[in-house]
Amino acid sequence: MPIGGIIIEPGNSKNYKTGSWRTFRPITDLKRCIHCMQCWVICPDDAIAVKNNKRIETDLDFCKGCGLCAEICPVKCIEMKKESEFNCNKKIKNKKM
Amino acid sequence: MKNMKPLTGTEAASYAMKQINPDVVAAYPITPQSDIMHGFSQYVADGKVDTDLIRVESEHSAMSACVGASAAGARVMTASSSQGIALMHEIIYIASSTRLPIVMNVVNRALSGPINIHCDHSDTMAERDSGWIQMYCETAQEVYDLTILAVKLSEHKDILLPVMVCQDGFITSHGVEPVKLINEKKVKKYVANYKPKHSLLNIKKPITVGPIDFYDFYFEHKRQQVDAMQKAKSIYPKMAKEFSKVCGKNYRYIEPYKTKDADHVIITMSSTAGTTKEVIDVLRKKGKKVGLLKIRMFRPFPNKEIVKELKNKKTIAVLDRAASFGAEAPLYSEIRSSFYEEKNKPEIFSYVFGLGGREINPGMIERVYSELISGKAKKENYLGVRE
Ligand code: SF4
Ligand code: SF4
Repeated sequence: MPIGGIIIEPGNSKNYKTGSWRTFRPITDLKRCIHCMQCWVICPDDAIAVKNNKRIETDLDFCKGCGLCAEICPVKCIEMKKESEFNCNKKIKNKKM
Repeated sequence: MKNMKPLTGTEAASYAMKQINPDVVAAYPITPQSDIMHGFSQYVADGKVDTDLIRVESEHSAMSACVGASAAGARVMTASSSQGIALMHEIIYIASSTRLPIVMNVVNRALSGPINIHCDHSDTMAERDSGWIQMYCETAQEVYDLTILAVKLSEHKDILLPVMVCQDGFITSHGVEPVKLINEKKVKKYVANYKPKHSLLNIKKPITVGPIDFYDFYFEHKRQQVDAMQKAKSIYPKMAKEFSKVCGKNYRYIEPYKTKDADHVIITMSSTAGTTKEVIDVLRKKGKKVGLLKIRMFRPFPNKEIVKELKNKKTIAVLDRAASFGAEAPLYSEIRSSFYEEKNKPEIFSYVFGLGGREINPGMIERVYSELISGKAKKENYLGVRE
């Protein structure tokens, strides 16, 4: 581990998964989604994944469950559900540094 | 002698800085440190150094500028005293935990309040757990030599810790003494160029300095600091020996004075060691077996070396120029804990003295020795105070 708390590998925040902080999980009904990308703009963690100009599933490795996407969604197709409703055994593992 | 110069302690520090020619110096004036920067800025103005001198609006900014410059890969120095150090406190910790080899000349001065500008060690004792190496100088000569040594010590690849080189306010800082100077070329060759392993200005290898460091990494970084201090302790003697070829003197962590056959020993730091030596010479003529152990390096603390030197003595008086309210005085507490494992240990007494510049004179030190010899010393003593 480098000394002094410095980071010597640029962009390695990708390896630092913050999804374990979440107490609520956004569940998106992609059938109702109109791909306006408002959730993509507002998400503070860059957790809204986009492919071929379409919004796809949320990247749960980084989503911290703040609920901003659900709040802004104009068609209300994102529902915040308690994390405890899901399988808690599947822990997020951080890459060793 | 052509390489001898009459210098004050502050002049000795600024002269050493001139010869080192650091890349960046950031400082803010404060009594009694101001003379160091006064002298050094004259060298800058006269073009004797090519240092970037950053004049800031406070000591908090001074240390912040030092941290930034050092992270950028520069060799950085500064100086301060008392309230200045207190104001830097936050960034002092950041400098050491970011492992930046900054060298700071400290002119020890009592911390307010009540407000006082004279010498005691409360300012640097408040930083004893900050992760900086701390060295305490008896004379202007030591200030000069150790400032040069400190640069190499802090930048050693296995250490990378900032260093405080401390001298007693007014007593050392403003008193003139003959100082033996090292040829400037020799100094430059000794300190050489600082080549940091990582630096912010190396755009080919981008790094991040000072990111958030939570429960998953912070502890490891603190553990690294503990290791670095231990390394400093094991590497220092070799470095001091190497430096003795440059300056002519081997600066050990500790300096014993007539301790070999002594029964009663005073332990102290900085200028008071000089006064104690005078008293020892007088008492020795009267047949008293007395000695002194001067502590030069307080962090890392040379506990084993101290015990080795003094384990067969009858009594020890530890003279602290700082108090710790609600606990034992700092140096005394370290000494007591150093002897904890020993079966036969000397009796150790605490003497707090000289707070806020209160005079400490040969008569008072003689009194300490006579109390040690007669067995009249109390566990906790306050030397020269009106009770
Ligand atoms: S809950 Fe917050 S963090 Fe998670 S996807 Fe929505 S906006 Fe992003
Ligand atoms: S805000 Fe709602 S509708 Fe717009 S892209 Fe996001 S999920 Fe789809």
